[in-house]
Amino acid sequence: MAWQRQRTIGEAGWGRTAFAGVISFAYFFPVLWIILTAFKANNDILAIPPKWLFTPTLDNFVEVFFRAYSKGAEAVDTRFDLFFFNSIFIAGTSVLLALLIGTLAAYGFSRYPLRGNETYLFIILTTRMLPPIVVIIPIFLMFRLAGLSGTYLGIILLYTAFNLPFTVWMMKSFFDELSPEVEDAARMDGSSETRVFFKICLPQVGAGLAATAVFGLILTWNEFLFALLLTGVETRTVPVAMAQTIGGDIGVRWGLLAAIETLFLVPVIVVVFVLQHHLLRGVTFGTIKR
Amino acid sequence: MSAATTTMAAARGRRVRAPFWQPRWSNWRLALLLALVVIPAAVLALPLDVAFWLALGAVALVALTAVVNAWGRHHGGLLVAPAIGLLFVMNIFPLMWSFGLSFFNFRANRAAPPTFTGLGNYERVLSDPVIWDRLQTTALVVVLTVVCQMVVGFLLALLFEKKFPGRRVLLMLVLTPMMLSFVAVGAFFRYYYEPTFGLLSQAVRLFTGEPFILLDTTGGALAGIVFADAWMWSPFVMLLVLAGLVSVPQYLYEAAEIDRASWWRRFRTITFPYIKGLLLLALLFRTIEAFKLFDVVFLITEGGPGTSTETIAVYVNRLAFKYFRTSQSTALVYILLFIVIVLTNLYLYFVQRRAAEAD
Repeated sequence: MAWQRQRTIGEAGWGRTAFAGVISFAYFFPVLWIILTAFKANNDILAIPPKWLFTPTLDNFVEVFFRAYSKGAEAVDTRFDLFFFNSIFIAGTSVLLALLIGTLAAYGFSRYPLRGNETYLFIILTTRMLPPIVVIIPIFLMFRLAGLSGTYLGIILLYTAFNLPFTVWMMKSFFDELSPEVEDAARMDGSSETRVFFKICLPQVGAGLAATAVFGLILTWNEFLFALLLTGVETRTVPVAMAQTIGGDIGVRWGLLAAIETLFLVPVIVVVFVLQHHLLRGVTFGTIKR
Repeated sequence: MSAATTTMAAARGRRVRAPFWQPRWSNWRLALLLALVVIPAAVLALPLDVAFWLALGAVALVALTAVVNAWGRHHGGLLVAPAIGLLFVMNIFPLMWSFGLSFFNFRANRAAPPTFTGLGNYERVLSDPVIWDRLQTTALVVVLTVVCQMVVGFLLALLFEKKFPGRRVLLMLVLTPMMLSFVAVGAFFRYYYEPTFGLLSQAVRLFTGEPFILLDTTGGALAGIVFADAWMWSPFVMLLVLAGLVSVPQYLYEAAEIDRASWWRRFRTITFPYIKGLLLLALLFRTIEAFKLFDVVFLITEGGPGTSTETIAVYVNRLAFKYFRTSQSTALVYILLFIVIVLTNLYLYFVQRRAAEAD
């Protein structure tokens, strides 16, 4: 029929939007509830049945940054702006470092296999297998000895080491998928190894880079145990500060917690939104047959 | 060897060995010798902080010469070295330390120095019947949550594969569960499951008129944990599979359409090979993480009711921080590590064998 649009492969219509919309909403619903809770006054939060229509208030958000720690006392600056900066700085730097070191290593593992490649890769994988509880004591002592406890450098190095296994494994699997013909053609034309890497291999694994960056960021962003023990007062990250907010005076302040969490979500959402383009782009080197 | 011979050999493209005593940036043997002489001398003769910096300089020189020597020849080694180096210092070394610690009798809240007990801790752990119970619980939780995540994540990826209006926005919404911090997820899911003012109970009350206590029974508590964990991490699987799905070249699908291949055939021959590696990766990582699962379990049920949903990780935590049996908990964890290594090896062996068969 003439009015039906000829759909190309890879496209779908509004029906799929509706279905995906329902599922996405189901996933998003608890998060939405947290965001709504951030805007509610205390009575509305604990109301039965749950209130959907309420008058929003920004009190909780103000309380994130200025809080009266006991009844009748003056509101004090909680230094949460420093904690947010710390989280952004520490997570951002460690993710970028891990991407750099990890991608190079993955390229090395993929294109220049060493003897015992599988062993190295497996050892890298085992570093992820232990619950952090076990290594916490040696790492804590190590940091104390090296004077890294409470510094930016220490925690950034540690988080980079955390992100490395996943980065290496993920990027290696992407590099393995690339067909070598284009690279070989470039090499025959006299291009140096570095240029082959940057101009040919890297653009093709853009989706892998984006996904790895997203995961690394999320992992480091929400990390709690090591941040608790290895950051000092000046380098504290938001998850630690959040836990200190709960373990306190008046029981769980749901509104305050929700406000902190909502604010904490914003940078991650921004980064994922920016990276989305690369995530969904994929490869269009359609000229090579596998 | 004279300078002329060296140059001639280099022109022929053969590996040129710098004469031992020649100070070149690639002469790592000389640098190593220098370091071996300088470091002990410095430690003995000079005050400690000066000696430290001198030793550091000597080590840096050795590293530099090794790198220059390897440049252009050992590509693989060079590329891989920083990653392995960092991992060694930050992860493997503490691992070995705590592994050594598991052979001693060490309690973190007593000042007594550790005493050597050999395999004592391991014996005590393996003969404890509680452990087998916890392992069962852990296995159950792991299997359930990993299966849920893989299935749901895979279906989600299929859903988001094609372009449709609003795909960007909806993708963002689906990714949000991963972005929440564990503290928030645990606290808020506990709130949802709360019998009096939790959302789940109120929803059920619309139908039955009675408050619904989910966390009362073992089955209910398990369901609560698995649901929260699968909710949080199925976007992870989705993202991985999606990154693979969008890498499939379009022309393959077009060719399949021309040949009028069925959906299943298309999936099996075109799509699946591209995402196989990533599916395995997702399976591997989620299983490893599931064994380590602590935050969600602890915050929602604290291992309850009683101790029926206490996974190994929660038990380890209890041992280490409540009872301060540090060495015992370390021994237990290494047993767990052993199990996970065995399982992972099975995965990898299975996959490599199938890949070899396919080729």
